[in-house]
Amino acid sequence: MDAIELARWQFGITTVYHFLFVPLTIGLVWLVAAFQTAWVRTGDEKWLKLTKFFGKLFLINFAMGLVTGIVQEFQFGMNWSEYSRFVGDVFGAPLAMEALVAFFLESTFLGLWIFGWEKLPKKIHLACIWIVAVGTVLSAYFILAANSWMQNPVGYRIDQATGRAELTDIVAVLTNKVALITVPHTIAGCFLVAGGLVAAVAVWHLVRRAGTDTAAFRSAAKIGAWTTLVAMGAMLLTGDIQGKIMTEVQPMKMAAAEALYESEQPAPFSVFTVGTLDGSRPVWSVEIPGLLSFLGTGSFDGRVEGINDLQHEYEQKYGPGEYKPNIPLTYWTFRLMIGLGAAAALLALWILWATRRGRTPTSRWLVRSLPLLPLLPLVANSTGWIFTEMGRQPWVVFGEMKTAAANSPNVSVGYLVTSLAVFTLLYGVLAVIEVRLLLKYARAGLPDVSPPVEKEAESDEDRPLAFAY
Amino acid sequence: MELSTVWFLLIALLFVGYFVLEGFDFGVGMLLPVLGRDERERRVMINTIGPVWDGNEVWLITAGGAMFAAFPEWYASVFSGFYLPLLLILLALILRGVAFEYRGKRNDPVWRRRWDRCIVFGSFVPAVLWGVAFANIVRGVPLDADHDYIGGFFTLLNPYALLGGLTTLALFLTHGAVFIALKTVGDIRQRANRLAERLGIAAVLAAALFLGLTLARRATTPALILAVLAALCLVGGLIANRLPSRDDPQGRREGWAFAGTAAAIALAVASLFADLYPFVLPSTVDPVTNSLTVANASSTPYTLKIMTWVAVIFTPLVLLYQGWTYWVFRKRIGTQHIPEELVTPQPATR
Repeated sequence: MDAIELARWQFGITTVYHFLFVPLTIGLVWLVAAFQTAWVRTGDEKWLKLTKFFGKLFLINFAMGLVTGIVQEFQFGMNWSEYSRFVGDVFGAPLAMEALVAFFLESTFLGLWIFGWEKLPKKIHLACIWIVAVGTVLSAYFILAANSWMQNPVGYRIDQATGRAELTDIVAVLTNKVALITVPHTIAGCFLVAGGLVAAVAVWHLVRRAGTDTAAFRSAAKIGAWTTLVAMGAMLLTGDIQGKIMTEVQPMKMAAAEALYESEQPAPFSVFTVGTLDGSRPVWSVEIPGLLSFLGTGSFDGRVEGINDLQHEYEQKYGPGEYKPNIPLTYWTFRLMIGLGAAAALLALWILWATRRGRTPTSRWLVRSLPLLPLLPLVANSTGWIFTEMGRQPWVVFGEMKTAAANSPNVSVGYLVTSLAVFTLLYGVLAVIEVRLLLKYARAGLPDVSPPVEKEAESDEDRPLAFAY
Repeated sequence: MELSTVWFLLIALLFVGYFVLEGFDFGVGMLLPVLGRDERERRVMINTIGPVWDGNEVWLITAGGAMFAAFPEWYASVFSGFYLPLLLILLALILRGVAFEYRGKRNDPVWRRRWDRCIVFGSFVPAVLWGVAFANIVRGVPLDADHDYIGGFFTLLNPYALLGGLTTLALFLTHGAVFIALKTVGDIRQRANRLAERLGIAAVLAAALFLGLTLARRATTPALILAVLAALCLVGGLIANRLPSRDDPQGRREGWAFAGTAAAIALAVASLFADLYPFVLPSTVDPVTNSLTVANASSTPYTLKIMTWVAVIFTPLVLLYQGWTYWVFRKRIGTQHIPEELVTPQPATR
């Protein structure tokens, strides 16, 4: 493999890995904040137990999201120095804002929340977790604005003397229409995962540990399932708008999503295809007439550009070259994203039905499929991002810079092999450890939250800490 | 003042913040097996930085982001050039962060010992390599006409840079020992104080030699003044460390000692940046045409203006709420504060 391919694999692996933890962090912190709010407002101890129980799972996951994120901040400079030089003037701004505005907020107030249980007044302690929750969404917004600029560059000009992109309008970058629709789509994806986890863990306890903390787990199961369902609704709505914007700004990606080689009007959407995807006709496929036209243009007989026409058009515009992404990959990741998300929503619906009016789920199949509930949306999140990122190839900045010209010219294949091996191995080991810890703490029942019995010898000064590492 | 110079100062400030705050985090991590005699004491040490280490680390992320935004050329050249040291630092920071969060998640001595090793490794490696990296930045590295680094890995390990690494190591160890003495009560506080005395002598010697060599190569007046002030603060801090505390005859003047080591680190880092200016990464191949300077590495005035507004609004806010965090967790802790159930040995469970 050459340096470009290695650097691409490395960025892909580290980013997908980072985004295994991010969705759960973003979604779960809001649910934990909601549980704690319910406790502060009602005084019902079941909410406090749920806060502490899911708070622990949140922290185990947060640690991994944090450390894998550090790598991303420096990988641009390490492996993609030519890209960093070309876009730094524009791309660096949202990245620095993310750190200054969001990362400080999240990390500082999370420390206050973890260790502040008995040190801070109740309401200020509650405010800390809400600030963390807002911080996670802020950081998602800034980093997605940076990514969206690569998909649909706006608010810049190319300096003829240096050949670099220069920022001309920060408002345009921060209100990029691709960013404005990608943010809600991504956040909804985060809630899909977190809702799935909360529901799955709660139902598991309801069925397997019947009799202990039933009321708390029943509430958590319903809240989790509803979160998943509402998030799936939001996914469909935002995904639809996103598809139309994508057809407008990156038509090649839309054509690749359907493996549509020839332009069609109206264009069908194939749910499943068996056949050659190299341009010859499919052998067998299930098609919904006009759906692709609707997804792309909002009308059932709109014209959707095909890959071959776009390839021809881009050759005229940007010179000779290959402008198609990897078609089988874009085709299947697009379908997996939608299908897996929908499957998770169906499971959530099943849970709501099985727990209606005080019932406890009895179906063995439902219990067996519980582990899938958080995993399906997690994989859907990954395939969605793989589609977004791979569908933009061969560009790193659409229309302006190709991936092949973006790497660090002075970083050798040996260095790249080393770092790729180190990150992959380390991340693999840490993932196993994290999953084991999550399972251990998800299986344990709700924590005891009754106030500790005061020992006589202890003065107030010497009382043990409410939380210690 | 040119905005690019303002941003040079801001990035210097971010690194000063990072080294002052993570300096004692690294120190605590490295001293874990030295000062922590049993599980209870190791817990006390880790909990002195428990609520704050994560926020301290963000200073580095922000410094990196600020370099990317304000000086993309600098960011690209440094991070692609210092590839292997940076990879090691990232590895260390990953292991250390996970270790803090995971080591107490199972009550199993073997599990904890493994994570303790990660904390020591994760604190030691950056404590040395940041010194090596900054020494190389000040000294200059082989850059070609495209500002790409063309040296090898061992080019970075020259004697001067290794002395830089030794200096940060000694400074952070001293800073960490003084911090532990400031934040704990009882036996561990006494031992931390005694250790700080010995480490302090090594830190003074290393820092004096390193800053002396730096200034002998190329001295600017501000760098000279800052270096002398750094030395004075360090010595002052170490003297305060020997004076008995006014209200506790068992203790020393740890507050003053900590202020001294913190100021010494801040001034020493500032001195390096003052010595570097107006360069950001000098080239040893052709210093005139190949070097990166504040002028040729910076972003456009528009980007710098936007970023200046963001920094002017948010930096004071960050200082304010991080300061508040330190105030909330200002109390000293001792072995009696560690909850019993966390340290009672239990058979290893899966």
